[in-house]
Amino acid sequence: MLCVASGLARPWRAEHAQARLSAGTGHPGTMEPCDSPESTPRQNASSNLKDYFLASTPWQKRLESVRKQTSFVQTTPRRKVPECSQLQETIDPHKLAFLLHKQWTLYSLTPLYKFSYTNLKEYSRLLSAFVAAEKQKGLAVEVGEDFNIKVIFSTLLGIKGTPRDSEAFLVQILSKSQLPSKNREDKVLWTGWFCCIFGDSFLETVSEDFTCLPLFLANGSESNTAIIGTWFQKTFDCYFSRLAINAFNLSWMAAMWTACKMDHYMATTEFLWSVPCSPQSLDISYAVHPEDAKALWDSVHKTPGEVTQEEVDLFMDCLCSHFHRHFKIHLSATRLVRVSTSVASAHTDGKIKILCHKYLIGVLAYLTELAVFQIE
Amino acid sequence: MSVLMPMDKLPGLNKATILLVGTEDALLQQLAEAMLQEDCASELQVHLAKSLPLPSNGSRPRIDLIVFVINLHSKYSFQNVEESLCHVDSRFFLGKLCFLATGAGQESHCSVHQSMVVKLAHTYRSPLLFCDLEVESFRASMAQRLVRMLQICAGHVPGVSALNLLSLLRSSESPSLEEL
Repeated sequence: MLCVASGLARPWRAEHAQARLSAGTGHPGTMEPCDSPESTPRQNASSNLKDYFLASTPWQKRLESVRKQTSFVQTTPRRKVPECSQLQETIDPHKLAFLLHKQWTLYSLTPLYKFSYTNLKEYSRLLSAFVAAEKQKGLAVEVGEDFNIKVIFSTLLGIKGTPRDSEAFLVQILSKSQLPSKNREDKVLWTGWFCCIFGDSFLETVSEDFTCLPLFLANGSESNTAIIGTWFQKTFDCYFSRLAINAFNLSWMAAMWTACKMDHYMATTEFLWSVPCSPQSLDISYAVHPEDAKALWDSVHKTPGEVTQEEVDLFMDCLCSHFHRHFKIHLSATRLVRVSTSVASAHTDGKIKILCHKYLIGVLAYLTELAVFQIE
Repeated sequence: MSVLMPMDKLPGLNKATILLVGTEDALLQQLAEAMLQEDCASELQVHLAKSLPLPSNGSRPRIDLIVFVINLHSKYSFQNVEESLCHVDSRFFLGKLCFLATGAGQESHCSVHQSMVVKLAHTYRSPLLFCDLEVESFRASMAQRLVRMLQICAGHVPGVSALNLLSLLRSSESPSLEEL
C-alpha cells in the first residue's frame, strides 16, 4: 500500500493546467476539426424536450423517452446540474443525524406497483411476520430470538429534490428488548431507506399506479437485505440491483464534492487507485489537503454554478500529473476505486458514506441519476 | 517530428503490413497472434508499437493499415492515442486507419466514456470497432475482420479499395452521430 500526502504549490498548478489543456486538443494540420459548438446540442436537447412534453398518452410518452434515452446514451453529460444546493429546512435534524456517518450499500430499484403511504402500519405488520418466518426457516437450533423482531416503516419528510418527487421512507428491523423494563431501547439490526431526488425524467414515463423511488440505501447484514428485498419484490413487483459506480462517475463525484463550499474541513481528500497487476493488485492511496484540492478546483472552474466534463477531466489530470512528476506512475492507467472528501466518500462497489448534512440532497441527486440510468 | 507516410515506400510483393498502436502490450500481442493464425493468401506482417512516432528504421516495410487500440478502462491509453494521432499523415485517414475500443463489456471498470471514443472516431472520419479483446472468441473474430480489412487496404482484393471500404463502413453509422 503506497500512501502519499501532498500539497500543491499554486504557480506550478496554473501553468500545468494550461499545458494539459493544449495537449488534449491536438489535430493534424490537414484535417478539418469537427466543429460542433457547445450551444447546438443544448438547443437540440431543449427542442426535443418541448416535443416530449406535448405528447399526450402515456404510451407516446414512453416511446418519446426511449427515443430520447437512446440518443443520450451516446453523449457525455455536457453541462451538469448546478452544484450541491443548500438543504431544505423541513428535514428533521434527529433523523438527519441518523443518516449521516453511516456506510450505505447502494441499490437501484424499479418503480413500486400499488404502494401507498397510508398503509405503512399494515406493511410493518406483514414484513415483521415475513422476516420472522424467513429467519425460522432451516434454523432449527435458534429459538426464542426470532419472535422478538419487529419491522418499522416511517416516512422521511423533506428528503426530496422537487415537490413532485415521491416521499422517502425508512425501514428498520429492530430487536425487541427481552427485558421487561421500559427504558431499555430496541436495538436496530438493519436499516434501509428509499428515496428519489430530482427524478423528473423518470417520473414522466410511469403511470399513476407506480411509485418511483429509484434509490435504495441499506446498512446492515446482507442476509437481512436479501430478505427485505425478496418481500418488496414479491409485494410490489419491483426489482433491486446493485448500483456499482464506475471510475468515470467517481471522478465526477470527486470534482463536484471538492467544489462544495465548506466552512471547515473534517477530512482530507483522498483517492484510492487499484493497479491491475499479478499476482496481487497494488493499491495506491493519494491524499491531498482539502484546501489545496479546493484551490485547484477554483483555478480550473470557469462557469459559475455548473460543472462541465472538461473541468472534471482537467482537475483529475492535474492530480495525476502531479503524482506522475514525483513517482513516474501514470495514475490514468489504473482504476479509481474510492473517493473520499469532507462531503462524502464513495467506493466503486456501490458504497457511500455521507458526512456533511448541507450537501445531503446534492449527493443523493447524483446517486439518483446513476440509479435511474441503470434502470433504463 | 517524424510523420508516418502511407506511400513513401514501395509495396512488397504479396505483402500486407498492419501496425497496431496501443499501451496494452498483452492485448496487442494476443491480437497479433490471433491475426497470424488466420488463413490468408497474402503474407502478413504485424508490427506493434506503444505510441507514435516510431523510431526511424530504414528496414520497416510500408504500413498498409494502422489500428489504434484504446482500452476503455484506462484513460492513459486514450490520451496516448490522441497524442499519437499527430504523427500520422492525413492520407492514412482515407480508409487506412481505424480505431479499436476494448473493455466496453465491463461497464463498472470504465474510466473513459464511450461517447469520447465515438467522438474521436467521428472527428477523424475513421471507423470505430468495439471488441472485448480479453475474450478469446471475440478476439478471433476481430482478428479475422482486421485481416480482411488489411487485405483490402494493401490492394490485394481486386475491385475494392480502402476508400471504398471506408464509405461502405460509414453509411452504416447512425445519423444521430451528426449531432455530436
